[in-house]
Parts: sequence; C-alpha cells; structure tokens
Amino acid sequence: MTTGTATGTATGTAPVLEVRDLEVRFGDVPVVRGVGYTVEPGEVLGVVGESGAGKSVASLAVMGLLPRHAKVSGSVLLHGRELLGAPEKELAAVRGDTMSMIFQDPLSALTPVYRVGDQLAEAVRVHQRVSRERAAERAVELLDLVGIPNPRQRARAFPHEFSGGMRQRAMIAMAIANDPDVIICDEPTTALDVTIQAQVLEVLKSARRETGAAIVLITHDLGVVAGIADRVLVMYAGRGVEAGTVRDVYHRSRMPYTIGLLGSVPRLDAGRDVPLVPIDGSPPSAAALPPGCPFEPRCPMAIPACARAEPPLAEVAPGHSAACVRSGEIGEPRPVPPEDVPTAAAGAYPGVPPPRPREGRAVVLEVDGLVKHHPLTKGAVFRRRVGTVHAVDGVSFDIREGETLGLVGESGCGKTTALMEILELARPERGRVVVFGRDTAALTPHDRLAVRRHLQVVFQDPLASLDPRMTVHDIVGEPLVTHGYTDTGPRVRRLLRLVGLEPAHAARYPQDFSGGQRQRIAVARALALEPKLIVLDEPVSALDVSIQAGVINLLAGLADRLGLSYLFVAHDLAVVRHIAHRVAVMYLGRIAEIGGADQVYGAPMHPYTQALLSAVPIPDPDKERRRRRILLDGDLPSPADPPSGCRFRTRCPKFKVLTDAQRVRCVEEEPAVRPLEGDHGASCHYAEKLGVV
Amino acid sequence: MAGFLLRRLVNYAVLIAVATSLAYILAALALDPRSNYEGRSPRPPAAVIDAQLSLYNLNDHTPLIQRYLRWAGDVARGDLGRTWNGDRVDAELRRRLGVTARLILLGLVIGGVAGVLIGALAAVRQYGWFDRLSTVTAFLVLAIPTVVLANMLIIAAVWLNDHLGVQVFLVSGEETPGLEGGVGADVLDRVKHLALPTLSLAVGQIAVYSRYQRNMMLDVMDADFVRTAMAKGLRRRTALVKHALRTALIPAVTYFAFTFGSLLVGATITESVFGWHGMGEELVASIRSNDVNMVAAISCFAALAVLTASLASDVLQAVLDPRVRVG
Repeated sequence: MTTGTATGTATGTAPVLEVRDLEVRFGDVPVVRGVGYTVEPGEVLGVVGESGAGKSVASLAVMGLLPRHAKVSGSVLLHGRELLGAPEKELAAVRGDTMSMIFQDPLSALTPVYRVGDQLAEAVRVHQRVSRERAAERAVELLDLVGIPNPRQRARAFPHEFSGGMRQRAMIAMAIANDPDVIICDEPTTALDVTIQAQVLEVLKSARRETGAAIVLITHDLGVVAGIADRVLVMYAGRGVEAGTVRDVYHRSRMPYTIGLLGSVPRLDAGRDVPLVPIDGSPPSAAALPPGCPFEPRCPMAIPACARAEPPLAEVAPGHSAACVRSGEIGEPRPVPPEDVPTAAAGAYPGVPPPRPREGRAVVLEVDGLVKHHPLTKGAVFRRRVGTVHAVDGVSFDIREGETLGLVGESGCGKTTALMEILELARPERGRVVVFGRDTAALTPHDRLAVRRHLQVVFQDPLASLDPRMTVHDIVGEPLVTHGYTDTGPRVRRLLRLVGLEPAHAARYPQDFSGGQRQRIAVARALALEPKLIVLDEPVSALDVSIQAGVINLLAGLADRLGLSYLFVAHDLAVVRHIAHRVAVMYLGRIAEIGGADQVYGAPMHPYTQALLSAVPIPDPDKERRRRRILLDGDLPSPADPPSGCRFRTRCPKFKVLTDAQRVRCVEEEPAVRPLEGDHGASCHYAEKLGVV
Repeated sequence: MAGFLLRRLVNYAVLIAVATSLAYILAALALDPRSNYEGRSPRPPAAVIDAQLSLYNLNDHTPLIQRYLRWAGDVARGDLGRTWNGDRVDAELRRRLGVTARLILLGLVIGGVAGVLIGALAAVRQYGWFDRLSTVTAFLVLAIPTVVLANMLIIAAVWLNDHLGVQVFLVSGEETPGLEGGVGADVLDRVKHLALPTLSLAVGQIAVYSRYQRNMMLDVMDADFVRTAMAKGLRRRTALVKHALRTALIPAVTYFAFTFGSLLVGATITESVFGWHGMGEELVASIRSNDVNMVAAISCFAALAVLTASLASDVLQAVLDPRVRVG
C-alpha cells in the first residue's frame, strides 16, 4: 500500500504497463474501441463495467491471448516495449514472467489431467532454468505462500480435488511464480462465494506485497474495486468513459454512467427505505452502437449534442478524466450525489401506509423443523447407501402477510433445497410446512392446485424459465388458462403494464427481450393469479447491476402495493438488504441467524453472520477501507459429514478465542436458534452483538 | 480401483457365459452337421453317422439340453470341443488368432496414431486447407465399403508391380509357401504380404480417428486451461500438445482398445480379400460347414475380446484421466 494514491503518470515514475488506443474487432464488430491506461509499479488499477463492456477482451488483447481471428490495433507497452505485433517467441517469454494473468473460472482454467503442483512447476520451469526437483519444491513454497494448508500433500492433488477458493489460490500462485511486474486479474472472485472472495482478495493483496507487482483488476463488482484499487477505469460499450483515482471516481463522478452505476448497486449499508436508482434501458450491442455517445439513449442528462458525436475521454481535473460533454457541468457547482440524478425511476415506492405490527398479521408460510436428506449411494447393480447429504437439517421460519423474508447463505448451504421442498407442497421428510394455514402433508391433489394458485415462483434464469416457443401473452396468460379463466387478454395487458412492460409487446417471444425484461415477464406470470406468496430463487443474480436495480425496485414496489409476501432466496446479501424485512442466514442446512433485517445487518449476533457481512464489500472507498474484515478459515465442510455439535465451529472465529471448557459445549451440543431480542434469534451458544457493516 | 476391476470382471464373466451359451444354442438349433456326413458319397450308414456325431457332441438326436450341458462342462474345463470332422477346436482357434493378430495389429496402430495426428492437426488449423482436405478424404474413405477399398488397393498394387517390374507388394496370403533364403528373406516376404492389408485397415481407421480426434481437439482447444498454459508462457504449439492434445487423447485411447477387441473377429472382409486365414474368415467358414462347436467357440472368443477390450479401455481411462479415478 505504499503507492496508495498514485495518480497516473503525474507522479513521474515510469509506468510498467501502458495501453494506448487499444482496439479489438471480431469480424466487423468492434468490441474494444480505443482503450488506454497506464499502471505504475505496485499500483492497483480497477477496470469496471458491465458484461459486454469489453473489459475481458481488452485484457486478453494485452496478454496477446485472443483467438487469431480477432483484429487488434493500438499499442501495448510493457516497460516501454511494444507487445502488439511482437513475435510469439517474444510474447511467450513475457507471459507468465513479467506479466501474468489470473482468470475467472478456476475450475476450467487448470488442466484437469495434471497435478496442481506439476502445473505450478511447469510455470516455473518455462521461465527459469531450474531442475525438476527445485521447481517442484518451488511449487510447494508457492502453494504455502497463497495459504493452502498441507501444501506438500496438496501439490499432488488434481484440480478437481480442490475447492473453488483453493483453485483460485493455486491460480494466484501460478501467476506470481516468476515474480511478475504486472498481474492482470480477470474477474478473479466472481465465481466464488463472498467469504471465499474475501480470502482470495486477501491473498491477492499479499501477492502484491510479495512481488511488488502492479495489478490490473477487471471486475463488475464496484465494492471489490472500492476496497483494493488505487485508480479506476470505468468502461462502457468498449471504451473507457471515466478514469481517475478511486475516490475521485466514486465520490466526484463526472460521467452519468458512473453515477448511475454507483446509484444502482445494492449496498449493505443502505436499508430497504433507500431505493436503488436503476439505469433505463440496457447496454447497447457492440454490433449496433448508437451514433453519438453510446450511453446517450440511457442517459438521464442527455442533450441533443450527445447524439451527434462521441465525446473523447478528456481530463476534467488533474488525474481524472471523463467522456461526457456535460462533465464540466456535473463537476461544477457541487458534486452530484447519486440520489440527485433525475431518473424516471426515482421514488420507486409510492406512499404506502405503514404496515400493521408483525404479530397482528396472518402467517402465510410456516416452516417447522424442515429436513431434506439426500442419500449417497454406491454400486450399479446392488445400490447401497453409504452416506447422507444433510442438505436441509431442521429449518424453521415463518412469513407473515406483506412481509419479505430473505433466505441467504453461500452455495451449498441448502437454501435452494429448502425452497424446492416448500414448493413440492408434499409431506416433507421430517418437519412441517404450513402454507396459508394448511399443512402440506394433508393436502389432496385438488387442494394442492388451490394452494398453488396463491403460491407462485420466479426462478433465477429468466431465459430458461420461459418457453421460447410461446409468446409473452401466452406465457403470462398460461396460469390463468390453467385455472379456468377464459378472457385473458385484458388481464395480461394489465399485468404487463404492472411490471413495466409495453402491453403492445405481448405478441413477441422471450428472445426479443433483454435479461431484465425477461425477468419482468416471469414476474408478471407469477402475479397472474394474484398470489399471496411468491417464492423467488435468486431472481436478480443473472442480471447486470444497472438492470438488477430496476427489477429489485419493481419487486419491492409490487410487494408494497399488492401486499405480497416474498420468500426471497439469494446469495447476495446486499440485494437482500434492499428488499427484505426479515432475514434468515443459513449455514450447512441450518439457520444460523434470523431476525428483522435492520437487526441482523445492524447488529449481527452469530459469528457466521458477522463474518459473512464483513466479507461483503461496500462500493465506497472510504467506508470500505475502514472496515474490519473477519476472515473465515478454509472452505465449507461437506454436508455429507457435518461437524459435531455446532456446524460452524470448525471455521468459527469466536470458537478460537473460547476457553477449552467453553468449547466443549460447541463440540457436543448442537445449538438451536434461540430468541435473543424480540424475534431476533441466533443459533450460537455464545452469541454477541457486533457491528460489521 | 482393484475392487472396481474385480466387480467388473465378475460382471463380464457372467456376460460372457450368457452370450456364449446363447450363441451355442442358436448354432446347435440352426446348423446341421449331420448333412455334412449324409452328403458324402458313398453315404455312411446312419449308425456310423450317429456314432461320429455323438462322439463330437453334435448329434441332433441327443436332446439339446444334454448336448449343451456336456459342451458347457467341457468348456469349463478348458476344452472347446471338436470340429465336425474331429479336429480340435482350440488348436485351430489358436492358429487363426495368431493370423488375425498379425494382420490387424500394425494396421490398427498406424491407423490410430496417424488418425489422431491428422485429426489434431486439422483441428488446430480449423477450416484451413489441411482441415478441408482431410475432412473430404475421410468421408470419401468412410463412404467406400471395405471390400471395394481393398480391391482398389490390390489393383493399384498390381499396376505398380507391373510398372516397376518388381513384386513390391504381394496381394494374397500371409507368406509365400516354400520360400527359401533364410530369416531375412522370410521377414521381407512377410512385410510384402502385410503391406496392403495393413494399409487397407489403416486407411479406414485413420478416417474414423481423424474425425473423432478433430472434434475432441476442437472441444478442448478453446478451453480455459489452454489459455492458462499460454498465459504461463508456453508457446501455442507446446500448450496445444501438452495441455490440449493430452486431454483430448483420453477418449481416442479408450476407443482404440475397443476397436482392437472388436476387430479380432471383425476383420472378415480384409481377411478374405487378401487371403489371410484368420478368425473372421473362420467364423464364416464354420457357419457354412455347420460347425456348431467352432461357431460357439468363436462367439465365446468374440465376447471375451470385446469385454477384455472394454476393461482395458476402462483401465486406460482411469490411468489417463484422474477425474474418474474414484474409490
């Protein structure tokens, strides 16, 4: 962190990497259109943007790793030496040595048939003349350096035997094997759970300390950048639209797109009452860019001049540049905080009377001690049970009328299984599911149909959950037809208007819509029968931030207006923060903590919740850098063999500081959720409040 | 792994027993060795025929179940029985197996290796001239029946021999009978005989393998791990060979084991065209000569060969691909 606030070339040190006017075309489609940046030694440059902004392609072009049919022009200078057009021999000598790269998906990025240690040793031996033994030794050292336990033994493992976090550590080890000067990280933590992301970012920071390398961090996550980057380049439609120090870009944004992006990111530190500000429309396709500024069609501040020519990325203040004709205005009188940007969606929730107290409202869904175990079997002819996956192991919660319960947890915690069990509307393996006061174990098929009418679902992938051969009208009208309605036309039109779609588009097919619009169609379908409870399984995680905000606002607004209850399953705690009244945190098939959103986020009591919340980055460089991160050790234990007693104790930071006498209880006694304050409960023997956001 | 193999072996033993039994019963019902004797002139007396047939366990007047049990008991003791005219089946089988193995081994190896190389190269230069040429040739070869291909080779070889005035290729049989001139001459003679059938087998195999390997290679060439290998500093060629080809080779190698097993009995056409007296030819001949025990024995051997090959391909798969090495 020595060169923490380096501002481009202003400090005078020679840049390690300088990219100028980089352009990449695939056939006739310009994917990257003139990107430039410099990185100085030890500096972290964050490159942010939504999918399709061209950030990954640009970084692959810098490494010279694009497929041969891509046409690249411009200039890439590494220590002043031109890399574009350099012969392959020269490039290969640089790659992995002076400049290395970390890829997004660590499973596919490692060769499946070689041992991890051998792949690391290969990276060493490509660039260093060392013996096989020495390289293997070095591989073990590197694995140790990135925090892999038992490195000597793990070096002999194959990639599929590593967890996602460990694979990404191995990738980092490979990238730093030859002490590079630049490390390009392409979405290094996107595929990982948030606690693992925190671990990997920590490793990345220590890798930078060890090697003194500059880092180019490509990500769509504004929180990650806020925490680690010194300078930021915001990309849109294949170009840089704003660049500067992280504080300038976050606090004194000059480009409406940056402002919009920051305003649409769900944040842990903002509650349900602070609406997100979505950006209208969706990013343009690289093959059909608008004539002027590519952001003009979506820009709330567009003026006629914007549509005429594309503004260049020009300096607006020392070390801060933006590509907007109105950047001067935006900067002038006072910095425009995101809230002040006028957009169509501002004030998403119209005045709704405050709800009655929770106790007075009817329970729409009650889950009591729900259990779902998957048998693990072996053998083809004589199948026998060799174990049990404790996917859901005694989960209890209830949802009242007009209430949104966020069910959160990392992958593998059992949240989707719990949801599927509820949707079955059948007798669960153990425990009870009561929907609208009716026990699912006692439902007849006829009753089940009646219950389904009031219980609807929205899935994660809107394209996969909409039949591509049906028109939007038929999709939205199908539940109505199923339940015996005849004249569906007016109702479908009303529903489409309700979710913010043009009723005239009802004759189109799902593929004619963008991701956000498709999810709106799915919501309209769920609303068709005027349900009381909607179950949402990661409804926004497949969407880009600027689109996601619109869908979150829509869902929150609908809940308030129509008095709906939601069971909102998500892994993104910030998204849940914006929509849920109550939150249940799951860990290994059990609920760790449950309570009002303000209580759980404001004063979490379970050590897991605390660690989880502390790991979620906040897109505010000042706040983010002041926060204390609680890092968890290792990975999620296998749900086939959960630890005895408290399931979290193997990774629990609190467990470590307990006395031996206190620990006995954690090892021997499985904690139940006990109410601590009102309806806020945590399943920890030694729960204590701790502010982490 | 050992446990897995053992279970597989038991499964296969059962399969082989069932397949062979069915083949025996079918052959015993459909074939009529009695007619071989009755067709002789002078026709032997019925009692003699009966005695002969009974001796070889071929008498259709004995109930099928009795014949089957006697045959099965013999097989279990390792005796495959007698042919209709009294030769030992196992001796004949062994001789034939040697012939076939010598015939197909080289062709298969050349076909497999060349096919993999051609396929991989075609994939690396996808849509280049080599890719197009190999694709067209492969489909051409696949479209031509083996018998036509083999005869075309023979015609070409004879033409070549005539033009050169030297017998470079010998088109029939495994060796020249009564050749003199020591070991060197003998080996050369055998190579001359082997060249054409090997080529004919190899060309077919190359066509299959090159298509197969090309697709496998295309699948992994754009894989992230190849990009990683290049990002570490490996040249494209090295990355493709060490990382892409190595991974894409797994299915080809396992397929190779399988082809070997099935060709042991399945090279009939090549054998007949080039006059090699191998296993496939014998199968056809034994059916024609109503030789129940031989048909059953060859069926048994075919089952054994295919299942052994499949076991070998499982083992190879496990050796080559750590992802399937479980438990």
